[in-house]
Amino acid sequence: MIGELGQLSLCFALALALVMAVSGLMGAQAAGSIARKVATSSAMGLLVFVALAFGVLTYAFVVSDFSVLLVADHSHTLKPLVYKISGVWGNHEGSMLLWVLVLSLYAAMVAGLQRGGARLTSAALGVQGLLAAAFLLFILLTSNPFLRLDPAPFEGGGLNPLLQDPGLAMHPPMLYAGYVGLSAAFSYAAAALLVGEAGWTRAARPFMLIAWIALTCGIALGSWWAYYVLGWGGFWGWDPVENASLMPWLIATALLHSALATEKSGAFSTWTLLLAIAGFSLSLIGTFLVRSGVLTSVHTFASDPTRGFFIMVLIALAIGGALALFAWRAPSLQGGAAFAPVSRESALLLNNVFLVASCACVFVGTLYPLVLDALDGTKISVGPPYYALTFAPIFFALLLLVPFGPRLGWKRGDLKAAWRSLYPALGVAAVAALVVLAIVSPRGLAATGAFAVAGWLIGASLIDVRKRQGARASAFAAALAHAGLGITLMGVAGTTAWRSEALTVLAPGQTMTVGPYTLRFDGVTREKGPNYVADRAHIALMNDDRAQTMLLPEHRFYPAEGQDMNDTAIRTTGLRDLYLALGDDRGGGRYALRAYVSPLAPLIWLGGLVMALGGFLSLWGRLRVKEPEAQPAAPAVALAAE
Amino acid sequence: MKVIVAFLLVLVSILAVPAVSRAQPAGTSAVETFSDPALEARARNLQRQLRCLVCQGESVDESGSPFAADVRHLVRQQIAAGQSDQQIEDFLVARYGAFILMKPPLQSNTWLLWLAPFLVLGLGGAVAGLAIKKAASREG
Repeated sequence: MIGELGQLSLCFALALALVMAVSGLMGAQAAGSIARKVATSSAMGLLVFVALAFGVLTYAFVVSDFSVLLVADHSHTLKPLVYKISGVWGNHEGSMLLWVLVLSLYAAMVAGLQRGGARLTSAALGVQGLLAAAFLLFILLTSNPFLRLDPAPFEGGGLNPLLQDPGLAMHPPMLYAGYVGLSAAFSYAAAALLVGEAGWTRAARPFMLIAWIALTCGIALGSWWAYYVLGWGGFWGWDPVENASLMPWLIATALLHSALATEKSGAFSTWTLLLAIAGFSLSLIGTFLVRSGVLTSVHTFASDPTRGFFIMVLIALAIGGALALFAWRAPSLQGGAAFAPVSRESALLLNNVFLVASCACVFVGTLYPLVLDALDGTKISVGPPYYALTFAPIFFALLLLVPFGPRLGWKRGDLKAAWRSLYPALGVAAVAALVVLAIVSPRGLAATGAFAVAGWLIGASLIDVRKRQGARASAFAAALAHAGLGITLMGVAGTTAWRSEALTVLAPGQTMTVGPYTLRFDGVTREKGPNYVADRAHIALMNDDRAQTMLLPEHRFYPAEGQDMNDTAIRTTGLRDLYLALGDDRGGGRYALRAYVSPLAPLIWLGGLVMALGGFLSLWGRLRVKEPEAQPAAPAVALAAE
Repeated sequence: MKVIVAFLLVLVSILAVPAVSRAQPAGTSAVETFSDPALEARARNLQRQLRCLVCQGESVDESGSPFAADVRHLVRQQIAAGQSDQQIEDFLVARYGAFILMKPPLQSNTWLLWLAPFLVLGLGGAVAGLAIKKAASREG
């Protein structure tokens, strides 16, 4: 019965989404005040029904209702509760339902906050309703999560063990909050084109920020997961699925910067619209890449061509429609701000050029092999060396320029003064480079350069924080986010340049050394987990012949799924990780063991966290400012635009 | 100055961990290694440039799969036989296809792949330059 309730909720949700689309677009007319009310309430209703459907599916997973096909295929009674719940989105159908849930959540936020004019908000709700309807249709027609199975089996098929992990349980909701959050920016941009309202960036900014924060956290989480699960200590593999999340992040970052200029002085108004469209388009393309089976990896649960085709049509309609709207309406929105070549505006534009080029690099690297294979059957693979030669220099150049931006005034900046105020940061960079050259071995040009740039970024941010005490939250936010880049850069450079590793086969009682550590292998025991059996290695971290700490990497076997998985043991000092992964059984109690020492590895994710914190601070500053206080700024914007 | 001193302190405290050294060859029979560090470095470098065809996004150097172990064995055999890096890559491409190379070759159907990011950068820069010029003329 409960499954049918979910099905019914989805049908109601589809109806409400259609009502919301129509009434929202009607409400975009000046006279549509009733339609506007309908759009607002149907946005709330949409959230209620999608949440109900999602709740029903979650309930079916929690109680292991195997009469629901999806639950029977992807769950198991012995799974811990957390993974029963995360199993809801650990499959194609459920993850699409999560996608629509997040979309509805943003629609409800747009309706609830009513930022921007009534007509703008209404049109944005209309566009959001169209998106929701399209995805609900996709779910109901090709990916129904509530299909029944008769007779119901006694036991389910289980969940891919790779997905049974706290990091990956949280990864998809976080990433979707980002992907789909860009839909709000997209809807506002389309609404601005429809209504002809230039002030949309102000209304949409909180949503852009939420999306950006969620994407930042989602990417960091995914990278951290890859680090501790895949067993070789890598944190980013330029895997197409990782790339699919990086592209929207790069464009969202560009959008945040460009929208700032549009809001402040009316500059780049059409460009900002285009970025908002591009950001969500890349989210859609990312979904297509991951879900359609074009790429095969852990993340691809579905390899069903009809689904791929449906998503492709959906993407073509969304992107094509938005671009057509843009081509039709954008020329009438031309703001045409005036600013000097040396100004904050120019700096933000330059930032966008580099970010878009970085994104193009990831885009081409991800899609070129697919296109080439389709065109002439040539199979090539694009791996890290490609990105090291293309993405790295472009992004590096961007990082070099970052500290100048916040130091240049709007309209007209003083480059000399900016340069002078950056002398201390230059000092920090030089010191960082010298320290690397003097203390650490092996010396490397790349590591030295990376640390110099990290010092440059962090130094500049520190000056910002010191100089602008009492200044607005946004200045601190930018300083934090930019410092986060420097911190991540240190982590990446440190791990890449100075990682040491040891690969050894050990018998019980034997020791190995890796970096500064000595490890003693004390044998393997057989352990029983809730839904797996594990070979657990007992490895003592030695300190002068005494076992200081025990590290317990495991090799797990999940009988329900018939799959193996590694559980690494990581001991971190906060600045350096000792990382252990258990390898094969070599007979006679001997096991292969991989050990890595990754200096500064934790900084990679710490930097991500600091960036997200910067985003939060900016969001907090935005939402704290009450609209009446913000009003005086609006005429200034309008004047500047003229 | 305070900023510099603070940063210096942080950096020194970060980096003053005992200087770590590169991977020690394990020296155990089951894991193949060259005793000559130069050859070992070459082997590791090559292994990192090769994709494990049965894994997702892992190089032959990182993967624990039997395929990767086979390729590592091949690489080391070829190095021992005195082949150059290029010859070894050619050998592997002939055997497994260009897909095995992490770094796509520069050839008639891949030049766009290599050039595209810089084309976008150049084009974007030109457009931005024009936009800035236009904005400046409005200001003046």
